[in-house]
Amino acid sequence: MIPANFDYVAPAGVDEAVRALAEAGEDAKVLAGGQSLLPVLRMRLAAPTTIVDLRKVGDMRGVREDGDAIVIGAMTTHYEVQRDPLVAEHAELIKLATDTVADPQVRHRGTFGGALAHADPAGDLPAPAVALGAEFVIAGPSGRRTVPAAEFFVDFFTTALQPDELLVEVRVPKHTGWGAHYEKFNRVAQAWSIVGVAACVRADGGTIAEARVALTNMAATPVRATGVENALVGQPANAESIKAAAAHAAEGTSPTADGNADERYRKHLAEVLTGRAVAAAAGS
Amino acid sequence: MTATIEPEIGKARLRKEDARLITGRTRWTDNLTVPGMLHATILRSPMAHAKITSIDTTEAKKMRGVVAVYTAKDVDPESSIGMPCAWPITPDMKAPRRPMLAADTVNFAGEGVAVVIARSAAEARDAMEAIEVDYEDLPVVLDIEEALKDGADLVHPDLETNKNALWVFDSGEAGTGASVEDAIRDAEVTVTRRFRQQRLVPAFMEPRSVLVDPTSSQLTMWSATQVPHILRTMTALTLGIEEHKIRVIAPDVGGGFGGKIGVLPEELLTVTVARKLNKPVKWTETRSECMMTAHHGRDQIQDITITAKRDGTVTGLKVDLIADMGAYLGLVAPGVPILGAFMFNAIYKFPAYRFACTNVFTNKTITDAYRGAGRPEATFAIERIMDELAVELGMDPMELREKNWIKHEEFPFTTVCGLTYDSGNYEAATSKAMELFDYDGLRREQKERRDRNDPVQLGIGISTFTEMCGLAPSRVLGSLDYGAGGWEHGAIRMLPTGKVEVITGSSPHGQGHETAWSQIVADQLGVPFEDVEVLHGDTQSSHKGLDTYGSRSLAVGAIAVVKAAEKVIAKAKPIAAHMMEASEDDLEFANGKFTVRGTDKSTAIQDIALAVFAAHDLPDGVEPTLDSEAVYDPENFSFPHGTHLAAVDVDTETGRVTLRKYVCVDDIGVVVNPLIADGQVHGGLAQGIAQALYEEAVYDESGTLQSGTFADYLLPSAADLPSFTTDRTETPSTTNPLGVKGVGEAGTIASTPAVVNAVVDAVRHFGVNDIEMPTTPMRVWTAINGGPSDAGGLGSESGGGLGSIDVPGGQQ
Ligand SMILES: Cc1cc2nc3c(=O)[nH]c(=O)nc-3n(C[C@H](O)[C@H](O)[C@H](O)COP(=O)(O)OP(=O)(O)OC[C@H]3O[C@@H](n4cnc5c(N)ncnc54)[C@H](O)[C@@H]3O)c2cc1C
Repeated sequence: MIPANFDYVAPAGVDEAVRALAEAGEDAKVLAGGQSLLPVLRMRLAAPTTIVDLRKVGDMRGVREDGDAIVIGAMTTHYEVQRDPLVAEHAELIKLATDTVADPQVRHRGTFGGALAHADPAGDLPAPAVALGAEFVIAGPSGRRTVPAAEFFVDFFTTALQPDELLVEVRVPKHTGWGAHYEKFNRVAQAWSIVGVAACVRADGGTIAEARVALTNMAATPVRATGVENALVGQPANAESIKAAAAHAAEGTSPTADGNADERYRKHLAEVLTGRAVAAAAGS
Repeated sequence: MTATIEPEIGKARLRKEDARLITGRTRWTDNLTVPGMLHATILRSPMAHAKITSIDTTEAKKMRGVVAVYTAKDVDPESSIGMPCAWPITPDMKAPRRPMLAADTVNFAGEGVAVVIARSAAEARDAMEAIEVDYEDLPVVLDIEEALKDGADLVHPDLETNKNALWVFDSGEAGTGASVEDAIRDAEVTVTRRFRQQRLVPAFMEPRSVLVDPTSSQLTMWSATQVPHILRTMTALTLGIEEHKIRVIAPDVGGGFGGKIGVLPEELLTVTVARKLNKPVKWTETRSECMMTAHHGRDQIQDITITAKRDGTVTGLKVDLIADMGAYLGLVAPGVPILGAFMFNAIYKFPAYRFACTNVFTNKTITDAYRGAGRPEATFAIERIMDELAVELGMDPMELREKNWIKHEEFPFTTVCGLTYDSGNYEAATSKAMELFDYDGLRREQKERRDRNDPVQLGIGISTFTEMCGLAPSRVLGSLDYGAGGWEHGAIRMLPTGKVEVITGSSPHGQGHETAWSQIVADQLGVPFEDVEVLHGDTQSSHKGLDTYGSRSLAVGAIAVVKAAEKVIAKAKPIAAHMMEASEDDLEFANGKFTVRGTDKSTAIQDIALAVFAAHDLPDGVEPTLDSEAVYDPENFSFPHGTHLAAVDVDTETGRVTLRKYVCVDDIGVVVNPLIADGQVHGGLAQGIAQALYEEAVYDESGTLQSGTFADYLLPSAADLPSFTTDRTETPSTTNPLGVKGVGEAGTIASTPAVVNAVVDAVRHFGVNDIEMPTTPMRVWTAINGGPSDAGGLGSESGGGLGSIDVPGGQQ
């Protein structure tokens, strides 16, 4: 499997990378961990003229604290995210979802930013980002802009990123002390989600004070399950109220049909898995 | 006097070959480079059935690095070359010509239409994009039942039918049993079921690859094949090259599972273009090509009727199969379902049996042998229907089996289809398995969970299987119209320094022959394990053989080596007598030494090897060599058997099946190396379980393979499987001197029905009596909720992941 010819540049910083992208024009492609892009190139489903490899851009890698948020560099690998103490403390949902991504080999190469920029509806990281209200810091020829998660994911494999823009980092509001769970449903361990549910819950003395729930692969983009969230708030964190709230999970979804699941089954799964994800997040 | 050396047979030796195989630091075909080598890439049809109206290679020929671009008319101007099929199962069997490249019509998506030869693989790939082919749609034949109807669209209109052959065995007519129609008429209980064997991709690890160097006096072909000897003869016969001008080498080969048993259009095409250009040419497929064009396995519809008395005694079995051959015939494809014909009756004493199989052409990739080849399909059907019969009778499924199986004191036993099972002890394997499994405890838990309506239900599945291994007695193959014998060749070379080279005609591709054969020869000749080297897979050193498939290597191939070793000792004996000035009658051979009875004189086999090398002082008329060879043709098959038990948890809210416990007790006769045997069982289980739960090659309505990547074609990994409990009983085969039976296919054959029986058992109280394979969560959930047992199949849209990238609107 041999990709078509392309030019290759490996800039050393964000600004340089943005310039390289601009110079290369429309048909340039950013390369992060390559775990999604390389298969596409090798199967010749895409033939960019220039590859801008970000592996030397050191200032896009790592996690830092910034007030009431943590900031995850786009080039931070899944493996690093899994082991980062700030992520574990303030955005455990992201760690738990990352744990379910692929296999160790892929997690050592694939990046947090790459997975989000790729915007695969079956990918496991967009839903947690949406649930936690993450903000996407984007660099382009005219400087930096910040896009909220709800606007970042536009369609199947399509984000707010323009061809000449880079995702630099992601700001995740701290959810310190929240219970979290990512419930992934797939058929073999290293496969993508058929349906996934990202849930984050703040309980206050047995009552659910706040809840964030988002769904993977229930539409072209991650779906924030606001119906579930609203039904949970103020309710006791017990099986009945969680079950009643989870019944709202399929609202506003438009899932695809494939060999693993038709629309009816996906909607059913969304409800069952939401119940389980919330129960686990709430520790009940 | 001399301490007895601990026998090698039975030792759990680490495999000699593993370090190089596991690290990949070895000679895989694609690792090889010869001077001046060119690279071939094959352009393949995206259409399943179409007329080729034009092919324009002008631009491609002008591209950088391109040496030649050929189409069918360049490589086979007379349209006369067709891939061989070695198994004409009936005299009137229809066998369409399978060309190296399609000339006017493509018959499956993936069929080659042009080949580019360039200086580098990348240049060949680039030039391939520049070839323009125009196609005109023809009706696509996909459904095997539709294909058989009057007026159906035809895959090969000149054949005037899609039917390849109808093969029938009837115990009443054959005189091996009674008539099934009588059994059905008189039956107290009759159960009829239709099962579907989905299409599978063999998914061997190393994609296929071939390198042909036509520049030496023997044309040399390296190929990732499991059948180098068959390939050599067939290349000669098919291309008209003299056989002595061809050398075939199967270097280290990374798996096959039957998937590398073919004689490929790609192999013969590479030979043809290399000869045209008089340059070495290599072709290596991509994984996508492998999934799409390497032969698939299984793909049958099975209509089964079983009859019994109320007390559970089975009285008859009727099997009607339709088997999908795909667009052409693979090397042994028509015979694959026929191998199963002898296994449907399995371990049971059926008095009446009828088997009929109709093979059908479709516009799909060909099918052929895949691990078990016919026998997994048969075992699945019989073990599934035994469970259904047990339910109908209200009997415990194990009790029903026990009532009907051949008792250990009844061996040798001639079955209703005329095979004689030489040995077996189903009682022993079963009681050991039941104990390891805690069958009664799990049944109690099952009842308890059912009673309290637990959302997670427990299911228990049984498979008491047997298989016929050690393919095959040549006269039996002859009676089945197979195109070759079933013998195997082995040879031993005694080197001057006392070291030993063993030559085997069976061709390993991961099974561990080098280790096992070394252990066997070490025992036979009394030499150290380390002093034995096993040579294979090169027709120049291993000049004679019938290769590896059908669990034949140990039960046939190793026996030839044993016979050769016996000849070495026989040759050494007069020389030893001469050296020790003793009479041959007074000599004994043990532990590598000839001793003179009643004295302390002895001579080691290594000393004799050196004396023979010098040849200064040999007895008159003795040929100065110990080297010996033998060809062994088995008198009977071997019949491994075992009891496999599976426990699954079924999450009734989602339909997910979790394999919780798997116990198997196999009886594979004498075990040469327990580690290798365990490895074969583990791998086989994974593959058989995968058929039950995960794998399926799916075509859309236009004949495009939907599950063409490992993102869609789901192979399990260790993370998806429980820790297996494997154990053994040992009832030696009485057919061969080692008492071995074969283990390569056992796990695959036995495990599929055990798992599906468990899944159905878990949800039977919801009114479910079958779920089609693979038993996906959606299928299980749908069946629980009163829907059909075959829910799903790929939809029009993909669900994300790698496989979704090529949908419209996907990643740009
Ligand atoms: C076998 C396998 C199994 C997998 N299983 C899962 C799974 O279960 N769940 C899951 O979520 N994912 C899975 N993945 C995908 C994996 O998570 C990838 O790592 C991820 O989707 C892409 O990250 P990457 O760094 O490799 O990006 P790349 O492949 O390098 O890039 C992906 C896309 O994003 C763009 N891009 C990357 N970085 C940036 C940036 N900073 N700015 C702008 N654009 C950018 C690229 O141009 C490209 O279009 C799997 C992958 C493989 C190979």
